[in-house]
Amino acid sequence: MPVKDYIRERFFPHIWCAGCGHGTVLNGLIRAVEKLGISKNDIVMVSGIGCSSRVSGYLDFHTLHTLHGRALAFAAGVKLGRPDLNVIVPMGDGDALAIGGNHFIHAARRNIDVTALIMNNRIYGMTGGQYSPLSGRGILATTAPFSNIDQSFDVVELATAAGATFVARATTYHVQETIEIIQEAILHKGFSVVEIMSQCPTYFGRKNRQGDAVAMLKRMREIVLPIGAKAKHGDPEIIERGIFVRKDRPEYCAEYDDIIRRAMKRK
Amino acid sequence: MKGTVRFVQGNEACVEGALYAGLKFFAGYPITPSTEIAEHLSLRLPEIGGKFIQMEDEIASMCAIIGASLTGCKVMTATSGPGFSLMQEALGYAIMTEIPCVIVNVQRGGPSTGIPTHVSQGDVNQARWGTHGDHSIVALTASNHQDVFAMTVEAFNISETYRTPVVLLLDEVVGHMRERLVIPEAGEIPIVERLKTSVREGVDYHPYLPREDGRLPMSDFGGVHRDNVTGLYHDMWGFPSDDPSVVHGLIRHLIDKIENQTNYLTRYKEVGVEDADCLLISYGSSARSARHVVENRRRRGERYGLLELQTLWPFPHELVRSKCANARYIIVVEMNTGQVCQTVRLAVDRPERVFLANRIDGEFITPTDIQGMLHLIQGKGL
Repeated sequence: MPVKDYIRERFFPHIWCAGCGHGTVLNGLIRAVEKLGISKNDIVMVSGIGCSSRVSGYLDFHTLHTLHGRALAFAAGVKLGRPDLNVIVPMGDGDALAIGGNHFIHAARRNIDVTALIMNNRIYGMTGGQYSPLSGRGILATTAPFSNIDQSFDVVELATAAGATFVARATTYHVQETIEIIQEAILHKGFSVVEIMSQCPTYFGRKNRQGDAVAMLKRMREIVLPIGAKAKHGDPEIIERGIFVRKDRPEYCAEYDDIIRRAMKRK
Repeated sequence: MKGTVRFVQGNEACVEGALYAGLKFFAGYPITPSTEIAEHLSLRLPEIGGKFIQMEDEIASMCAIIGASLTGCKVMTATSGPGFSLMQEALGYAIMTEIPCVIVNVQRGGPSTGIPTHVSQGDVNQARWGTHGDHSIVALTASNHQDVFAMTVEAFNISETYRTPVVLLLDEVVGHMRERLVIPEAGEIPIVERLKTSVREGVDYHPYLPREDGRLPMSDFGGVHRDNVTGLYHDMWGFPSDDPSVVHGLIRHLIDKIENQTNYLTRYKEVGVEDADCLLISYGSSARSARHVVENRRRRGERYGLLELQTLWPFPHELVRSKCANARYIIVVEMNTGQVCQTVRLAVDRPERVFLANRIDGEFITPTDIQGMLHLIQGKGL
């Protein structure tokens, strides 16, 4: 199916700034769904609030654009209501891990079969460039004019510790790899987390003197290397990408189906 | 009435009513004094193939029921004051997106943690205005277990008919007290099922274009129509819009679809209202004490009446004005500082006739309390 058949043209033009990485994620997501051959009727996309959350409106799936931080809680209801549907949740870094941090760890703990895509641009874009829990120490933001003193989360470590059974990191530079990882994440039975590092040249790049979108993508190419590179190079600047966790653990909806079987027998 | 007779808590009567109405999904978080609703449903729902989930907080609970409702299930959550506060943002979302759901608030004393194991009716105005922005809401109450059952069924029926969240305002006394409940046989009380769209695949479906009768047929997630649901102002396709005519049209629709139906949404009970010189207005557990006073006085030949409001929102202004027309005293009996009393004052002619008889110390208001206040109000001393 052509890419444009997945798009709701009524929604366009999109709201993203020139050079924003989120369009690349949207494109990658469409290609992943297309390669998997999933029917558009079988996908529910649930998002929260923020630049990233607008992904849902642009796509011709069943789409639920909800409240800031709460997408995963809505998604749990959708998935339990219709476990046969594919539930995909695009989120931003602030959306997923600041206001939505509690829902994130509990969705991971339950291992409910939802695909969480965290589009990490390390900044609140829609409100104009405030620091997020993934900005990191030393970063400049409109609410950190003297530089940020908040330490950041490592999404991969957090998701792994919380019990996610598929955890990966991708970038908007390594597009082909990102498409493959999204495919794997959708296919995985259980809670899957893909952190997709995305550039925000408008707020993060400009404020932190990282140049334009091209310069930010080049930087990603240089410092985001395959798993194992950190030990090999011993450089603390290096961020690893790839699939970190992939394991089998009972999935929540399947477990609940078993509860129903037991309850019906008891009755 | 034929049916199964049980001796249960009010919270259990609510569970029975919800199951009778067709509840299939419940998400909640433990909180006194509503917890028994979650406990019973965790047992009962899977027995009928329904689902129960204990979420990480009340915010998530409210969000989860909205998500599940969109897959075609009848849904409910239950909580008390602090949890109800946490649910307010998502309650507004359900109002904006017109998603059927039922929220039970078994009221306890507030503000804040307040007095968790004691009774209060302090959330009446929170039910009306708790979520931000202009909106309307339906809120029902009940004073005994048969009514808890019936009003729970009503809550689901109204929620499905008008595509709106319905708040069921119970209180600690009704929730925890045990009394007789007759569970009617299936079919005895009519049940409103989800109205699904008849628009076929490939034909343009407008999820937010009301039919001539005002109802909005839905298409479930996973069905043939892939629509967009958003808390932003949206057009008839569900697509975000900041067009002033769309914004104005939607907010008017959300308010009018409730307020213009006030007569259809009003549920009440009455004792001796027609000749009442002194009319008591009450709701929830405090209406039990008010009824006791009225029945006693009427036995002595005194012209007392009771108007028990079962619909608090939209407030039945017309009903209250006409029922109060000939009364010399109008006494609102409630366990807060006058949340319904002030609304009654707005509704009636000569509001100087309206007095408040209340208790706000966490203790249940008794007939003796009301009698004492009547003496004061009528200038007879203590």
